[in-house]
Amino acid sequence: MVSSEFRRDCSELLLGGVMRKIRVLIAKPGLDGHDRGAKVISRALRDAGMEVIYTGIRQTPEQISNAAIQEGVDVVGLSCLSGAHNTLFPKVVQLLKEKAAEDILVLGGGIVPADDIPGLKRSGIREIFQPGASTEEIIKYIQENVKV
Amino acid sequence: MAKKIREEFERWEKTTLQKVISKAKEREPSFKTTSDIEIERLYTPIDLVSMNYCDDLGFPGEFPFTRGVQPTMYRGRFWTMRQYAGFATAEETNRRYKYLLDHGQTGLSVAFDLATQIGYDSDHPLTEGEVGKVGVAIDTLKDMEILFEGIPLDKVSTSMTINATAAILLAMYIAVAEKQGVKADVLQGTIQNDILKEYPARGTYIFPPLESMRIITDIFAFCKDYVPRWNTISISGYHIREAGSSAVQEVAFTLANGIAYVEAAMKAGLDIDSFSSRLSFFFNSHNNFIEEIAKFRSARRLWARIMKGRFKAKKDESCMLRFHTQTAGSTLTAQQPDNNVVRVAFQALAALLGGTQSLHTNSRDEAYALPSEDSVRLALRTQQLVAYESGVADMIDPLGGAYAVETLTNEIEGKALEYIAKIDAMGGAIKAIESGYIQQEIAESAYQYQKEIESKKRIIVGVNQFQVEEEPLKDILRIRPEVEQYQKGKLARVKNERDHGKVKETLATLKKAAQGAENLVPPILEAVRVYATLGEISDTLREVFGEYKER
Repeated sequence: MVSSEFRRDCSELLLGGVMRKIRVLIAKPGLDGHDRGAKVISRALRDAGMEVIYTGIRQTPEQISNAAIQEGVDVVGLSCLSGAHNTLFPKVVQLLKEKAAEDILVLGGGIVPADDIPGLKRSGIREIFQPGASTEEIIKYIQENVKV
Repeated sequence: MAKKIREEFERWEKTTLQKVISKAKEREPSFKTTSDIEIERLYTPIDLVSMNYCDDLGFPGEFPFTRGVQPTMYRGRFWTMRQYAGFATAEETNRRYKYLLDHGQTGLSVAFDLATQIGYDSDHPLTEGEVGKVGVAIDTLKDMEILFEGIPLDKVSTSMTINATAAILLAMYIAVAEKQGVKADVLQGTIQNDILKEYPARGTYIFPPLESMRIITDIFAFCKDYVPRWNTISISGYHIREAGSSAVQEVAFTLANGIAYVEAAMKAGLDIDSFSSRLSFFFNSHNNFIEEIAKFRSARRLWARIMKGRFKAKKDESCMLRFHTQTAGSTLTAQQPDNNVVRVAFQALAALLGGTQSLHTNSRDEAYALPSEDSVRLALRTQQLVAYESGVADMIDPLGGAYAVETLTNEIEGKALEYIAKIDAMGGAIKAIESGYIQQEIAESAYQYQKEIESKKRIIVGVNQFQVEEEPLKDILRIRPEVEQYQKGKLARVKNERDHGKVKETLATLKKAAQGAENLVPPILEAVRVYATLGEISDTLREVFGEYKER
């Protein structure tokens, strides 16, 4: 298997190193199976010119952090509607840190009460998008916060 | 008559209408329902010239049941007001049930946490953070005993939203009833038990489709003999719609799944008329008021025709589509949550004008968390207002015969039938799911819907228009983190006190049954009686059946 780093380097070369596409992993941590939002966002980001990998449902934080590193992504978008976000989101950030990949931008979304947001941000989730957020907002946020 | 109306219609278009439309255009160049059905400006008897009253509408309680499944509908008794509820522990949920029953709720509806739904005990590593979150945690019969403590199971009907582990929870329910001195043959209720929609929507599957279908047909066969008043399945369009489908897709994919269940049961040797009257359905009530009413009516007629025409059911009860409805969770907004109360009221009214048998109304705060006690009471009150104050419950199918409603009923039936034919051509619902067709169709609709919102082609009040600066909602329900520890402690105690020899023995018997062809429900019942855990029973079946992996 060709390493994702290698592929990433190649695409940078091909694109002259400036026009590289932003790579995003959209992931569903935990047991929640509601992935309408995850799929809609994946497609919207793709339409906005990003490369998007969607993990599918029922992923552990370990699987997500491994996939993020293997795929060489710039952004991890976590979606959880089951209320398990306070346990699962920080774990992903923690694992990325342990694997020296803390430069990956981690975002979250789903049914996340406002009171939980400060704690999640302290744990390293850079932004939380609540119900009603538009894909446009998310695209803009990623474009402004990822350097390629 | 029709000729005269047509002439008059054309005259009206050319004169009265033209005069206005030439000066002021309509709001949109064309109007469409969520299913992309073109909405006419005005419906008249011309749209219904080919309708045959007796064949297409008939009378309530008679084939094809377009006007309703009971001869008296809500004049006889109101629909069952059934609020889906469950959170944290069996102890807390039991208190919520008693609260709801005290406030006039007429049936119970159990929400289980994801661990319970996917066959893991609360001490399994994969359940970290999930225990008690979206529903009540059930590990052993002990939890079910606590859940229904003080609730006489011969008096209430209980619906359980449980699919992959439905046989286990049904067995536990039967075992709790036994302890209360209630025999299985008087139990009334429903298990969702609809695995096919879990693959494209909702996602709580465990086993591959064919193995899952075997468990389901085993449940049909067992209940027919031992729990005859139980609804053995609730074939659900609700989650398909929540995942983003249109109204037509909701009807089509749900009935296509229904066809797959009937075919599986017949293949397992069951006579069509022996189990079909216990099939029930579950639909979503969404925002487009008239389309939704028409959707319920067309689903009822189409199912009746499928059962009689395709499966040669002889009994009328076999052709009856009885259904539960829940208002559309995905339409609830986090912005201006009070608006949700109004949305829910319209959606509830659509469900009742569509003739539902039971109803769950969502609470205003559900875009944030599980509902608070006050929000749930308001949601229940919404149903009671329709029942006692609006007057719509006093006549049967009040919109029957309305040109627009009947035309849309016909169109939805026709378009759903086209989808079903396409799915048939693929080899049926299971094949269509395995190939990813259903998933793609739903995802496409979901994406279009979101694009319409973002381009403001579709206005969501408070979200993309009429916004205000607001504070986040306070007083939402929180699941205390201690719940997980408490539940684990209770599980450990039960495991400590039970007879291990018996547990081992019953699980071995279950494994043998799974490897062979005998009905799985009796050995599962034996296992739950001796306090084998939900996780142990699920693992025993996992060893034999394997697990489904999303493609």
